[in-house]
Amino acid sequence: MNTAAAVAAPLDAERVRRDFPILAQQVNGHPLIYLDSAASGQRPNAVLRAVERYETHHHSNVHRGVHALSQTATEAFEGARERARRFLNARSRREIVFVRGTTEGINLVAQAFARPRFGPGDEILISGLEHHANIVPWQMVCEQTGCALKVAPIDRRGEVDLERLFGQLTARTRLVAVAHVSNALGTILPVERIVQAAHSCGALVLLDGAQAVPHTAIDVQALGCDFYAFSGHKLYGPTGIGVLFGREELLEEMPPWQGGGDMIRTVSFEKSTYNELPWKFEAGTPNISGAVGLAAAMDYLEGLGIEAVAAHEQRLLALATAELNRIPGLEIIGTAAHKAAVLSFTLRGCHPHDLGTILDSEGVAIRTGHHCAMPVMTFFDIPATARASFGCYNTEADVYALVAALGKAREVFG
Amino acid sequence: MDLKDLYRDVILDHNRQPRNFGPLENADAHADGHNPLCGDRLTVWVSLQGDRIADVHFEGKGCAISTASASLMTEAVKGKDTATVRRLYEQVHTLLTHPNTTPDASLGKLAALGGVSEFPARVKCATLCWHTLSAALDRSADAVTTE
Repeated sequence: MNTAAAVAAPLDAERVRRDFPILAQQVNGHPLIYLDSAASGQRPNAVLRAVERYETHHHSNVHRGVHALSQTATEAFEGARERARRFLNARSRREIVFVRGTTEGINLVAQAFARPRFGPGDEILISGLEHHANIVPWQMVCEQTGCALKVAPIDRRGEVDLERLFGQLTARTRLVAVAHVSNALGTILPVERIVQAAHSCGALVLLDGAQAVPHTAIDVQALGCDFYAFSGHKLYGPTGIGVLFGREELLEEMPPWQGGGDMIRTVSFEKSTYNELPWKFEAGTPNISGAVGLAAAMDYLEGLGIEAVAAHEQRLLALATAELNRIPGLEIIGTAAHKAAVLSFTLRGCHPHDLGTILDSEGVAIRTGHHCAMPVMTFFDIPATARASFGCYNTEADVYALVAALGKAREVFG
Repeated sequence: MDLKDLYRDVILDHNRQPRNFGPLENADAHADGHNPLCGDRLTVWVSLQGDRIADVHFEGKGCAISTASASLMTEAVKGKDTATVRRLYEQVHTLLTHPNTTPDASLGKLAALGGVSEFPARVKCATLCWHTLSAALDRSADAVTTE
């Protein structure tokens, strides 16, 4: 994904594969070829064991009791927060809020940051390639406050038209919310430039990092973004856990989002006072084992080397792009100059759903549909695409299995 | 799970060359069907003589199963009264959701959809047209009762 990738030691994907027990199975009489990591990554033994160890030896509720287990659970949970801080290179643990996933992170910013501040005349700017999770929360804020949603268009390659985006940045723009990497098209957005331009207009920036975190090292200080949200399960961690990074000054000013236990300091029937950051935003018992698993996933991914993983995936993407381009009637949707290992495509005469079924019968798991990005499908005037996405455990053999299965589809629909 | 059982020749033929395709002029009612999960969309038009479907057309974008199912449906329901059509849908639904059902002879070519039952994720593709037809018939009934 960057120049560092070129010098990283190559990834031994065959060895990596053996870390993921789920991959060693047959599906419909064929070895499983898992090409749906953009929907959800699989978990390595290191994550499975960390969760099991926590559940077997350390579980209790956090931030509560004085007994031994409560203390070990709290240490594990807050240790995971410190791990996430290092993963993002955030300044402080106070900036790391555990959430269910990217979607909840964005909704938190929408309801606790945007809703109390924005009003008629204010604008939120997103791009034309956003996932529904980075569209709908803002539409809700617009309905609640009277502010307006603006959309920077994309071009036929699936790149955000930067000139247009910069042109749409005005003194009315309060927040720019864009994907770091597009889930439907694979496009890597030039987020540093977007952050700079937005800040120079006085707008804040939220980055939807769901698709970026498994492919690139994130440094929120270098990016300069104000909020960054991602999900654990996209980077080989558990589902139901994710992180919202927010700059401390902003989080400090924001009111709590949900009320309940753990987010308070004192409660009386007349008035309650709130806990300090980040617990102010973590009402109720959190997903403790999820956080432990997420920390293990970060250890695992950084152990492989994110640059090495990215370089490996880029090789697979280049191979798959070349191979798929040779198939008559196949069109790749999303041909941006800088892409993560996501390959959306259509095959003439064969609807993506039929493709998905035929590939599945060959043991090849891909995603088909609109990928929670209906406006992207509308832009390209297609109902759906088939999408193959690559992770650290995929190999060249997986690419050739995909190509062979596509040959089968062409046979059926020839 | 056998692919050939899903994509039988009848299905592939009706996908390539859907019958009764395109808008029906002077239709008494029409309805739009949409499967938001997969993006399939279709419209069904009906014209009625009394309680009988005199003609039925459909148009839409969808996978082979949804297109073929709609095409086969239009052929099967033309000329039938609405009560018969609803019974027919119940039979089709049983066929789609119960593997190893022996299709009733009255299903005719619709029996070609039997392979769908082995692919639970695809059942909704095959039923979209029937839901849409049902909505069109309800609408025409409403139109009749309000006049």
